Amino acid sequence: MAEEVKLFGMWASPFSRRIEVALKMKGIQYEYIEEDLSNKSPSLLNYNPVHKKVPVLLHKGKPVAESLVILEYIDETWKQNPILPADPYEKAMARFWAKFLDEKLWPAAKKVVLSKGEEHKGLIEEIQEHLKTLESELKEKKFFGGESLGFVDIAANIIFWLLVVQETLGLDILTEDKFPGLHEWNHRLLDDAVFKECVSMERLLASFKVRFGALTASK
Amino acid sequence: MAEEVKLIGMWGSPFSRRVEIALKLKGVQYEYIDVDLTNKSPLLLKSNPVHKKVPVLLHNGKPIAESLVILEYIDETWKANPILPQHPYDRAMARFWAKYIDEKCLPALWNACWCEKKDREKAVEEGNVCLKTLENELKDKKFFGGESIGFVDIAANFIGFWVGVLEDVVGVELLTIDKFPILCKWRDEYVGCSVIKENLPSKEKLGAYFRTRVESASQSK
Repeated sequence: MAEEVKLFGMWASPFSRRIEVALKMKGIQYEYIEEDLSNKSPSLLNYNPVHKKVPVLLHKGKPVAESLVILEYIDETWKQNPILPADPYEKAMARFWAKFLDEKLWPAAKKVVLSKGEEHKGLIEEIQEHLKTLESELKEKKFFGGESLGFVDIAANIIFWLLVVQETLGLDILTEDKFPGLHEWNHRLLDDAVFKECVSMERLLASFKVRFGALTASK
Repeated sequence: MAEEVKLIGMWGSPFSRRVEIALKLKGVQYEYIDVDLTNKSPLLLKSNPVHKKVPVLLHNGKPIAESLVILEYIDETWKANPILPQHPYDRAMARFWAKYIDEKCLPALWNACWCEKKDREKAVEEGNVCLKTLENELKDKKFFGGESIGFVDIAANFIGFWVGVLEDVVGVELLTIDKFPILCKWRDEYVGCSVIKENLPSKEKLGAYFRTRVESASQSK
C-alpha cells in the first residue's frame, strides 16, 4: 500500500517550508496542498482545529501539526538521512537550539517588520543579540548539524526570512562583518539542492516589497 | 563509573518540578541544588548562559536546559517507566499537547492572574479557551498519557497544582468544576499520585510567595 503523505502549507511560510525540506531530504513522496491563509480550507480547519495554521502533515489520514513536532515525527517514521542526531545529548542540544530560534529569534524578527522607525533600533539590537548567540553556537561547524544539514539548520530557515526583511526595509541586521559564520552558513544552505528548492528568495522579496516596502517609503 | 546527575532548580517553579517528577518516576538518583532566582548562582549562569533560567539538568557535567527538552533527554537516557509513548504518532501528539500547554495555556492562565483588573474578564476567557481545549483532549482518559501519567501530564503540572494556589491568592476563578469537570477530575487523580504528591511545593509556602508578589505589585502602583 502506498504511503499517503499530504502537506498543507503556504509557500511564504518558513514553518511550512521546513517540512518540505525534511520530506525532500528523505525522498518521501507527498502531495502538496497550498493554503490561502486569508481563506482557510475546511480541510485545514478540520486537521488543525486547535491552531488553524500551516503546516499540517497528513500521514495515512492522521494529522500532525506544529513544524518542529512534524519534523520529529518525520524523522522517527522514515529512518533514512536522519535529521536529528542519535546521541541523546546531541539530540537535546538540537531541540534546545530549534526552540531558541522559534521562541527568541522569530518573534523579534516578526516585530521588526510590524514596527516603525525609532522602534527598530531596540529590536535590531535584540535580534543581533540572538544572532550573536547563534554565531557562537555555529563556531567553525559547516552546519549547525555538523558536517551535514540537520534539525537546527532546517529550523534556522527563518534566518532567510530575516534577510528578506532586512533587504526590504533597508536595515543592517545580519551583516557579513558582524556575523561571518552565519553569513557563510547562509550561503552554504542556499547552495544546497534541497534547500534551494524550498525557499523562493526572489518571490519572497517581491512579495515583502509589496507588503512592507511601502513602510520604508513613508519614512 | 557512577552516574552524576544534578538538578539546578527552584522549589516553587513548575518547570523545575517537572524534571524532578521525571527523575523520581525513573528512580534516578540526583543531587538537587536550589537557586535563589533574585541572586542567580555562578553555576546556573555557567550552565545556562543563553536563558539563565532553571531548571538545568547536569548529567556527568553536561548541562541541558528547557524543561521539555530535559524531559525528553531523561526519557531517552533512562529507559525505565517511559514518559513518552512508543509509537511516533502518539509521540507527536504528546509533543503537540505539551507545546500547547507551554505556549498557549500557561501564558493565558498566568496573565489571567496577574493582569490589570480591567483586563481580567477577557484574560480569564482566554484562559478558559485553553482549559476547554485540554478538557476536550482528555475526554474519558484517566490521564493525558492514558492509564498512567506521561509527558503531557507532567507538562500540565502547573494546571494540576499551581493554578489552584493562584486562584486562592489572586481571587480569580479558572479551573471550576462546573465548566471543566473532566479536567478537575484529572487534577484530583493527578495530585493523588504519589510521585506527584511527593514533588509538589508546600501550598502554604507557594501561597505566601505569590501573596508577596501581589502585595509588591499593588504597592508599586
